[in-house]
Amino acid sequence: MGVRVGIPRGLFYYQLYPFLDVFFEEIGAEVVISDRTTRKTLDEGIRICVDEACLPVKIFYGHVMNLKNGVDFLLIPRLTSISKGEYICPKFGGLPDMIRNTVKGLPKLIDTEINLRDPRSNAFSAAFEMGKHITRNRSKIKKAYYKAFERYEEHKGQLKKGIMASDIIDRKRNIYVIKEKELLNIVLIGHPYNICDGYANMNIIKKIRNNGANIITHEMIDDEVINKNCNTLPKKIFWNFGRKAIGSIMSFAESNDIDGVIYLMAFGCGIDSFIGDLAERIIRRKSNIPFITLTIDEHSGEAGMDTRIEAFIDMLRWRRKYDNNFSTHG
Amino acid sequence: MIITFPHMGNTYIPAKAMLDDIGVKYIIPPFNNARSLEVGMKHAPEMACLPLKINLGNFIEAHKSGADTILIAGGYGPCRFGYYAQMHREILKDLGLYMEVITLESNGKSFKTLIESIKMINGRVNPYKILKILKNTSDVAFMVDELEKLTFKIRPREILKGSTDKIYKTFQKSVLNVEGSENIKKHIKRAREELLSVEIDNKFRPLRVGIVGEIYTSIDSFANHNIEAKLGHEGVEVSRQVTLSNWISDHIIKKALHINSGGRFKREAKPYLGAMIGGHTQETLGNTVIYAKEGFNGIIQIFPLACMPEIVSKSILPSIERDFNIPVLNIIIDEMTGEAGYITRVEAFVDLLARRKELDEIERDRLLSWN
Repeated sequence: MGVRVGIPRGLFYYQLYPFLDVFFEEIGAEVVISDRTTRKTLDEGIRICVDEACLPVKIFYGHVMNLKNGVDFLLIPRLTSISKGEYICPKFGGLPDMIRNTVKGLPKLIDTEINLRDPRSNAFSAAFEMGKHITRNRSKIKKAYYKAFERYEEHKGQLKKGIMASDIIDRKRNIYVIKEKELLNIVLIGHPYNICDGYANMNIIKKIRNNGANIITHEMIDDEVINKNCNTLPKKIFWNFGRKAIGSIMSFAESNDIDGVIYLMAFGCGIDSFIGDLAERIIRRKSNIPFITLTIDEHSGEAGMDTRIEAFIDMLRWRRKYDNNFSTHG
Repeated sequence: MIITFPHMGNTYIPAKAMLDDIGVKYIIPPFNNARSLEVGMKHAPEMACLPLKINLGNFIEAHKSGADTILIAGGYGPCRFGYYAQMHREILKDLGLYMEVITLESNGKSFKTLIESIKMINGRVNPYKILKILKNTSDVAFMVDELEKLTFKIRPREILKGSTDKIYKTFQKSVLNVEGSENIKKHIKRAREELLSVEIDNKFRPLRVGIVGEIYTSIDSFANHNIEAKLGHEGVEVSRQVTLSNWISDHIIKKALHINSGGRFKREAKPYLGAMIGGHTQETLGNTVIYAKEGFNGIIQIFPLACMPEIVSKSILPSIERDFNIPVLNIIIDEMTGEAGYITRVEAFVDLLARRKELDEIERDRLLSWN
């Protein structure tokens, strides 16, 4: 039996998938991923976490509780930045400290700082720091790093082809949709950890697909397009997710095969509050594509969500039926 | 071009000094009030943090009086404040109010962006003049902060209740009619002398409370419902390390000149927070530890709802509370905050601190009589 390394299924897990899994497996650790989010995960998270935190952070706490008794190490890296000149949410940077100061009886934490903001910084040294807890063999870590990175790039490549990240993670590749009606193209924008977590978003992906629509996310847009669009902004967006979301929204606003945009927002998310608003302004200014914001929090009733999605999609179908002669103001 | 800028506590005084010295036209928006918040709330994104809403209200009100250019500080994340300028630009554009936004920021790489912005205000760059203006502005900021600190000390000790407030409020209003940094400095000195002449009770030993948290809500008396004065009237001496002058020197000048701003708070925060994560988390945690070590009676943390960095602080504060045995009250402010509930909590907290202090003293006496 190797050393058991626990990775909570939340926040950065979806962002870095499958880098961490592969990396730790390759250096000889036994990787334990927490169970999928359930009511219990959320309840436990709510009990421990501060009230003001957003839903994904509360769920993350629940995953930590799920893992903490069965592993030797708990992996909660301090993610300050994952791309040059950009940040992630401050809560990611303070995550190990938040967990350490609120949860009792934790196993040893691997809380290596990953900060790629500075151009001189290097992802490998962070990987080495993480790997040090498991093995001292530098070349083994190096090999694992390259393999993990390769798999990560491969995963990104699949996303660019139009496969949803959650389909890969939940192994639901053979999903079929009702093809009686013409398929709509719906853009779903949101943090990867909100979109991929089926419990948190109340199966929004399944619901949209069952209503006969394709889903397009910002991850399917090419980085070059995103960067080109973002460079036209008067001020650089310094959040990794924010840049991707706005850059892709700008290209969606100009394309004519998008039927609607859904922005999935977590209540209390600081980045969403700004990016969601900017996205809506861009869409409204440049196009007449319908836009809806769906907010998720721990109190959301599923029925309310269903109604909104159904009504939105019905409206999109009418618009398509009456083509473009249907004026937006009745 | 008529410039305006957002309110944050006494920021308008150094800003006024700077703009007077440069010699441009400007309009100071009306002091933060319920109407500016309401106007801001109406047009800002629902879940944006409170300072954005109040600032937006300031700009809309200033626009009514004829302002067409906004001067605001910026940043490069990860706190949302860095993106305020762009949000304001977009919101105002959609409202049909065409206002230019100039951001005063330095991205940590060079002074260039800061100089560019000053050029936009001034039209030409005379390095000597700019340096002189910057120095005078930070001097004024420093003096205003000193004056404020003085009120914290005098307010709980004054014999005729309300005399500090009277002098301080008169000063805040009358300074609007004074022009130029030199005259403003003189005016501040005069107010200082007036404050020093207030009759105080020298024997009174007040409770001491440290205020930590997000900068806007802890500095701005409208946002925090005048907490410093309220505590002062309860007989509590307040201390706050996060001030405007510190912010200017840390975030604008030192960053541009590549000086590492290593304050004591960074060292003290280290055991609780491993790295800089933006906002004022390090200040909040570090200053809490410093206050605890200096024997303060309690800590009040203030932040606007959904403030990202302060949520991290709030999660970590209970550990400090436990380690140093110091009570912490978290106050979260949003546009719905009712003043009555808020006062009740602050009063209850002060009562708790007074009782703790009393118990401590009894305990000490008892120990002495036993030994």
